[in-house]
Amino acid sequence: MADLDQFREETRSWLEANCPPEMRQPVEDEADVYWGGRNATFKNEAQKAWFEACVAKGYTVPAWPKEYGGAGLSPAEAKVLREEMARIDARSPLHSFGIWMLGPALLHFGTEGQKQRFLNEIARGEIRWCQGYSEPGSGSDLVSLQTYGDDKGDHWVVDGQKIWTSYADEADWIFCLVRTDKTNKYQGITFMLFDMASQGVSTKPIKLISGSSPFCETFFDSVSVPKSYGEDIPAQVGQVNRGWDVAKYLLGHEREMISATGGVDRPTSLGAVTSRQGELDPVLRAEIAQFDVDALAFTAMSEKFLDEIKVGKAHPAQPNMMKYAGTELNKRRNELLMAAGGSRALEWESEETEGGKPARGWLRTKGNSIEGGTSEVMLNVVAKRILELPGA
Amino acid sequence: MALYYDDDQAMLADSASEFMREEGGIAKQLRHWRDRNCKDGFGHALWEQFGEMGFIGILLSEEDGGLGMGQVEANIVLEEIGANLTPSPFLSSSVLAATALKHGSNDTRGRWLPDLVAGKNVYAVAIDEGPKHRPETIACKAEKSGNGFKLTGKKDFVVYGASAEMIVVAARTSGSDSDADGITLFAVPQDASGMSHDSVRLVDSSMASHITFDGVELDADAVIGDVDGGREVLNAMLRAGRVGAAAEGVGVARGAMDMTVDYLKQRKQFGELIGSFQALQHRAAHLYSEVEIARAVVMKAAQLLDAGSEQAELMISVAKAKVAKAAGLAVREGVQMHGGIGMTDEYDVGLYMKRDRALQEFLGDQYYHAGRVAELSGY
Repeated sequence: MADLDQFREETRSWLEANCPPEMRQPVEDEADVYWGGRNATFKNEAQKAWFEACVAKGYTVPAWPKEYGGAGLSPAEAKVLREEMARIDARSPLHSFGIWMLGPALLHFGTEGQKQRFLNEIARGEIRWCQGYSEPGSGSDLVSLQTYGDDKGDHWVVDGQKIWTSYADEADWIFCLVRTDKTNKYQGITFMLFDMASQGVSTKPIKLISGSSPFCETFFDSVSVPKSYGEDIPAQVGQVNRGWDVAKYLLGHEREMISATGGVDRPTSLGAVTSRQGELDPVLRAEIAQFDVDALAFTAMSEKFLDEIKVGKAHPAQPNMMKYAGTELNKRRNELLMAAGGSRALEWESEETEGGKPARGWLRTKGNSIEGGTSEVMLNVVAKRILELPGA
Repeated sequence: MALYYDDDQAMLADSASEFMREEGGIAKQLRHWRDRNCKDGFGHALWEQFGEMGFIGILLSEEDGGLGMGQVEANIVLEEIGANLTPSPFLSSSVLAATALKHGSNDTRGRWLPDLVAGKNVYAVAIDEGPKHRPETIACKAEKSGNGFKLTGKKDFVVYGASAEMIVVAARTSGSDSDADGITLFAVPQDASGMSHDSVRLVDSSMASHITFDGVELDADAVIGDVDGGREVLNAMLRAGRVGAAAEGVGVARGAMDMTVDYLKQRKQFGELIGSFQALQHRAAHLYSEVEIARAVVMKAAQLLDAGSEQAELMISVAKAKVAKAAGLAVREGVQMHGGIGMTDEYDVGLYMKRDRALQEFLGDQYYHAGRVAELSGY
């Protein structure tokens, strides 16, 4: 305990010295978020300084081992760091599907060579990754995917189409589920890594009801994927044809991530925010208070879940519950924000709304309970794996 | 502090769970006393066993004969009480009254605590005046009289009041009804003349008194803490009692949910187990999610209270309101998913619905606490 207190002291003074004041403000828009990658630019000097300080300290991935670019923090230390960052509203220095998704998969399934190369690149924000999972005909039923990798000896030739690929148009590399055996549904998929600059890869952004385009369609037209990127660096994670194991493991992390970011991570009161805009109708105030009860309770759940997962106490299917509860809450939050905002919140392109933020944000949240597994699929998983209810 | 039990707490949970299942189960306690129309509404022998287990003094210091543990530990016992619907004065005596007595003088503690810890005595608390919990307003009056006080007024929803050897009464010693200050807490003995009980059986078979104080003469040493300074102690009682009631509610929710999920795995209709129907699976999974969240926030609130955090007040109201929602859902879904059998007295799931209803009201329902969340958050 004394060690932890000392770590907290050190962390506090390190943050004081290294986190610029501009990086202690809530994220306002996409430009405030640094995603890294070959083509990344910093919004300002503060963002750059904060990012570089974190890379040097291993704090882009604090719990990863030091040899892979992390700080090697224990679960308790990582929690202290999170708490201290939250205390000063410090922004996350690097957003990355590499950190949230590919990294955990590599830590679990990767070869030493893959870890040395890819984890360090991720920790330093050098390569921006995207995820190639869903296909037009394979949404909730993901295992029916048909993008095919034809085995040509030292390489595969990949043909097919992915959809809902987040930021594919800005990503450097993709981790992608590719069918390599058409005769075996579950054990015929390979989890491949390849460069989005490869010949035959093209992307097309999808415009959403919110007006934004965070997702793409991604096309593979005879893309040649080498089977190896060097000694002990195979192009696939895990075994060939056993990519479904990796995908399932990763989906857990994706649901965790969505439940953490899509949910209500900080105990900010919706009532406190909305009542600043004017007096709330009493019935709306009551609804908002009920929401705040649920949202604050969920912050405790998130904290408990993170604590438990660090020591292996969480049920393996618990991320599904978190994803369900967190995303449903976020949708409700935005419905109430729209109600409190009135006609002002309807504006799609005004200065006052910074380009229609309330309305666009509200619409965007409708996807939270669809992407990464729909609420209905989450409930199926909870029913079967946690409650052990009968049926297929 | 991590939001899961440490080794000692896990051991306590195991022994509380085993004890309550073996000794405090529905057939052995709730139905047993209910079916005999017992005027106490609980078993004194079980209360003595609570004493032997050390549960009664769980929040009291070792000098006072207790275990010197915190709210997290008291809540562990309460969750098991809830899961087994064990009729027990634990919440009133060991949490609410004990929290008040902790603030008492050496004499006060010496007079009341030893018999409590031994399981000989049961204590109650008299806070509410009227059918809803409104502790901000206290009209019950204690006027100076000789060396002591004269108590006049009415109290409601005094749980197990008629069985209590002593009742902690919150009364007004100065100011007007809705003033925060001017409250004093009194330890009123069972035999005080001028105190009359109208003891009523509630929907969950527990007993609660309407009490009338008609010029009850009290010695000066009946005062717990400081004259006119009782609000702070009362707030400490409310914090402990509310988060404790929330923990019991989590147990009720868990008990009802477990019964219901088991039933879904046994009952066949249309040639299939009804638990294989997606319409029920999704509702059961949603219920699980709500109960998990409720349990998490109760634990968080108890930890904050033990740590003396400023956040405790807010999170306790969040916990009480959230548990009310989750447990309410658990018992409603429980009865509905059981179908006709859920409506029968013979089957236990209805008992969970009744207990939940009473717990909802105790120390503030979800509407009261959601309102408090709004006020504490500045809107």
